[in-house]
Amino acid sequence: MELQLDNISHRYGDVEVMRDISINIPAGKIVCLVGPSGCGKSTLLRFIGGLERPQSGQIIQVGEPPADCINPLTFVFQDFALLPWRTVEGNISLALEEHGLGGHRMDEIITGVLDRTKLTDFRNALPKQLSGGMKQRVGIARALAVNPAVMLMDEPLSALDSQTRELLMDDLITLWTRQPFTAVYVTHNLQEAVRLGHFIVVLSRRPGTIREVVEIERPLAEREFGDADLEIRQKHLWNLMREEAMASDMELVSV
Amino acid sequence: MSETALAPTRSSVAFRGGGFAPIRIRWVGPLVFVVLIALLEYGTRTGFISNLTMPRPSDVLATFVNLWKSGLLWQHLLPSLTRLAVGSAAGVTVGICVGVLIGLLSYVRAALVGLVAAIFPIPKIALLPLFVIWFGIDEGSKYALIALGTFTPTVVATYGAVDNVDRTLIRMGQSFGLSWFSIVKKIVLPGAMPGILSGMRISLAIGIILLVAAEMLGAEFGIGAYILEAGSLYDLERLFVGVSVLSVLGVSVSALLGLAERRLLGWRT
Repeated sequence: MELQLDNISHRYGDVEVMRDISINIPAGKIVCLVGPSGCGKSTLLRFIGGLERPQSGQIIQVGEPPADCINPLTFVFQDFALLPWRTVEGNISLALEEHGLGGHRMDEIITGVLDRTKLTDFRNALPKQLSGGMKQRVGIARALAVNPAVMLMDEPLSALDSQTRELLMDDLITLWTRQPFTAVYVTHNLQEAVRLGHFIVVLSRRPGTIREVVEIERPLAEREFGDADLEIRQKHLWNLMREEAMASDMELVSV
Repeated sequence: MSETALAPTRSSVAFRGGGFAPIRIRWVGPLVFVVLIALLEYGTRTGFISNLTMPRPSDVLATFVNLWKSGLLWQHLLPSLTRLAVGSAAGVTVGICVGVLIGLLSYVRAALVGLVAAIFPIPKIALLPLFVIWFGIDEGSKYALIALGTFTPTVVATYGAVDNVDRTLIRMGQSFGLSWFSIVKKIVLPGAMPGILSGMRISLAIGIILLVAAEMLGAEFGIGAYILEAGSLYDLERLFVGVSVLSVLGVSVSALLGLAERRLLGWRT
């Protein structure tokens, strides 16, 4: 299944947030959206996931999601969005409960995703017992459990410290390499973008428009921390964004 | 003095942090009770406190033991407990439902917030004659009075608690395709539970006050009737037995809620 964003424009009252955004999200690839704060990248992700409606333009689903897909468009949230009163297992089963899977099948899925995200020993822990990195692993496990056609990741590593971020990036790369998934990955961190993105869409400041789409061909598994080649890409992205970031930093918030 | 290079003075940094973090001290609470009762006992025995102004605690205890032995205690306590249980169960249940609806549905909120604010400050006891006409002189009017009294604070606490449920959790539920009802059941209600339980502390205390008031106005048996009778005979020992039973009732309800909080809200940090 592929997604096409077709001329998305949106305004909140008098403020134009984004203008004429068209992006293709090919199957099995990770598309990163980067841009200065307030450029509407998270809003765009909520449009894609159907949590908000753009004022004009549409999001088109090309092809049917695979038959075993429980929730085609699945989010991973920046602040994890785990239910604090449910255990790790309970948080994952929340996404499965209403699909008539039966206890046995659910148990199988949960065991599988816990294994893939290295959480097997934490099955019965409550979120308050987990570190930030573990909480986001639960968020990722919950997303994987519903076998999404497209993962919508809203700054999934931004709430974590840089060491944990590095570890989780490696985990994401391993997960993708083992079984490629389609994802839209919103971030303001260019290093994450060049490590994880097959395509990097650079958005301008408000009103958000597409400045450039950068493709990085090197396979995810071969990208290393501190790669010279990636450094150059990252520098290029930073040059694109620098002025935008400075300008958006100087803006008065009038909303 | 400027010629000699003096060694810099050394002193340790003064501590100025700490405090503002209450810790649990178990023995002080009971100690306050013991000291107060001992003072009363001493005062009434020495004549420092006249028997007309305060009963002697040991006499109150003796009266209580008599009441227990005669079996009259349960004859008064059971109807009171039933009224409190039935009335507040009805009030709290309906209150939670209405509170959740106010919290979630804009039209219900627009329609009912004003109404609840209008009902809240009415002393419910003033409506008792009306309730007697509506629900009968028997238990019905007492149930209704307690139910109405516990209903309004429960509604206010519940919709406040629902407003405070983390919206990102609700968006999460929607993003996984949960139905409206399961979002309410699995996300909104558990998320609002801390606020609902602390609201119940207030509702149930109000319930006990109204229980006694209703029983004072018309009941053969019940703690309120017992207190009223003792008061009109100026029997201070019996009056204080009744009042103490109410205090114990209040403390027990609060302890039960504390237990429920520890069981239900263990997930809180």
